[in-house]
Amino acid sequence: MDKTLNNKAWFLVLPVLVVVAFSAIIPLMTVVNYSVNDTFGDNQFFWNGLAWFEEMVSSDRLHAALGRQVLFSAIILAIEVPLGIYIALNMPKKGVWASLCLVLMSLPLLIPFNVVGTIWQIFGRVDIGLLGHTLAAFGIDYNYTNDPIDAWVTIIIMDVWHWTSLISLLCYAGLQSIPQAYYQAARVDQASRWSVFRYIELPKMQGVLLIAVLLRFMDSFMIYTEPFVLTGGGPGNSTTFLSIDLVKMAIGQFDLGPAAAFSIMYFLVILLVSWVFYTVMTNLDKAEGR
Amino acid sequence: MAKITLKTLAHSYNPAPKSESDFALKEMDHVWDDGGAYALLGSSGCGKTTLLNIISGLLRPSQGRVLFGETDVTDAETAQRNIAQVFQFPVVYDTMTVRENLAFPLRNRGMDAAYIKGRVGQIAAMIGMEAMLDKKARGLTADAKQKISLGRGMVREDVNAILFDEPLTVIDPHMKWELRTQLKQLHREFGHTMIYVTHDQTEALTFADKVVVMYDGRVVQMGTPEELFETPQHTFVGYFIGSPGMNLLPAEIHGNHAHVMGSTVPLGAAYGHVKGRTQIGIRPEYAVLTEGAGLPITIKRVEDVGRHRIIRGEVGGNTVNVIAPEGMAVDASLTHVTFTPDRINVYADDWRVAPERAA
Repeated sequence: MDKTLNNKAWFLVLPVLVVVAFSAIIPLMTVVNYSVNDTFGDNQFFWNGLAWFEEMVSSDRLHAALGRQVLFSAIILAIEVPLGIYIALNMPKKGVWASLCLVLMSLPLLIPFNVVGTIWQIFGRVDIGLLGHTLAAFGIDYNYTNDPIDAWVTIIIMDVWHWTSLISLLCYAGLQSIPQAYYQAARVDQASRWSVFRYIELPKMQGVLLIAVLLRFMDSFMIYTEPFVLTGGGPGNSTTFLSIDLVKMAIGQFDLGPAAAFSIMYFLVILLVSWVFYTVMTNLDKAEGR
Repeated sequence: MAKITLKTLAHSYNPAPKSESDFALKEMDHVWDDGGAYALLGSSGCGKTTLLNIISGLLRPSQGRVLFGETDVTDAETAQRNIAQVFQFPVVYDTMTVRENLAFPLRNRGMDAAYIKGRVGQIAAMIGMEAMLDKKARGLTADAKQKISLGRGMVREDVNAILFDEPLTVIDPHMKWELRTQLKQLHREFGHTMIYVTHDQTEALTFADKVVVMYDGRVVQMGTPEELFETPQHTFVGYFIGSPGMNLLPAEIHGNHAHVMGSTVPLGAAYGHVKGRTQIGIRPEYAVLTEGAGLPITIKRVEDVGRHRIIRGEVGGNTVNVIAPEGMAVDASLTHVTFTPDRINVYADDWRVAPERAA
């Protein structure tokens, strides 16, 4: 029997296309439009080709921000992933304590980003902040507004505080799905604690861990609000990450062309890295299945 | 290898058990002889798995002791007990190859590489997975995975006992039979004590020398398949073993006769005074339909199962099943049923009463 071909069904996709066009494609196209035009004001634009892109690619300012961004993402992933797994492994499995843990750990995730920034901004202040003042009382020279290292440490601790529980919660869900028989079999087989982790827990967490790392990478690579509230990108430019730099450029200096070119490259970098990461991880999985 | 003794053992999952019904395992004394092949039979939730986990040390009993030989191991860890256990659902280490899976228990005990290699080869041949040794366990089918679990259970030679917790549930019928035969063969070869938990009577009867029947947290009978069939010590055994199970009729016992609903049924032996709720039990194999002798029966259904026919009937509101031999005509003239006297067992409050003397 021949299949009936009816291309009219494509019209059913139209509403989605319209929605996506207005919510994503058209706004993106305006950015593309800015990125290839220049203006001297008065709302008069003229064609500029790929000059903005060329300028941005060779911009020292962008390179520096990108370097800081990569360093930041690498550091927080290196801390949050192992720490999150460790916490998940040690959380109570059931009962009142398990529920309490879950609630407490969800709390940081529910706080609005700028509030997180504000909390740490006050917490770290040397004059009135609990952390800053206490450190000062111990004679430790800590000041995140003056010292780039202090600023970095504060931002990293803030991010760890804010987001480690996301990884823990995801891993915890993965761990909960392991049937008891696996642990019993491991005891019968005299497996060490490390073997249990390596051969039972880690493989079962692999799926959620992939999602967790991907989410944390994307979020940390796009981070804006918390460091902006905490340090405003300073001292100097030491904590100016890509997003902060982009906003400075677009709204502070009103350099719409370069900012648009910057945005597009930024977007493509995140897309590329996420895609590479995802493909590598899933292929690894398939290779193991063989 | 060692004899396993359970002394006044009981277990409750409730930390502060109040009544006997809180106990998943009621107090019991039991001995598993060294080198025996046992089947632990019972319906779901009767405490089979609990008992098994106590023996392997995955669970600490609320009371009583567990002895391996003369050593008290009640507080010993599973690893120290040197026991192998195979679970109901396949447990394999996904990221390892089949070979690594089989070698895992040996490696953890620090055996030398040459020995491991040889032993893994042997086991692989036994479970028929030599060709797949270098495959990852992850992609395998459920029954292949369960074969790996079985293999891992049997790979150690020096274990005190091998415990099987309904290991063939996920395996298809043909393979089931084959694996069971192999287990049996393995038992003959190495003489490990084996305890095989199942709720399938065929599996139990074909695997074991001795079948232990559990009911409601108790061991109600341990015996050979023949003993379980001929003299069930508890009505549950009568009902659970056999297909269909034993017929039970309320009766009053007077010496070598039983009074059942106004009729007299001769017994094969004489009984003294029997207290409690008394019943007689007769296997369908020993019931015969007649044209007038015995108890009146109402026939509800006749099922032809090929080799024989099962007649489902009622005697005064009690279900009575009769097995009619091949070739016997079943028609409306058969209105009564008689029982072979010396095959009748007498029960008081569900427990079998031993006769005082032969009739």
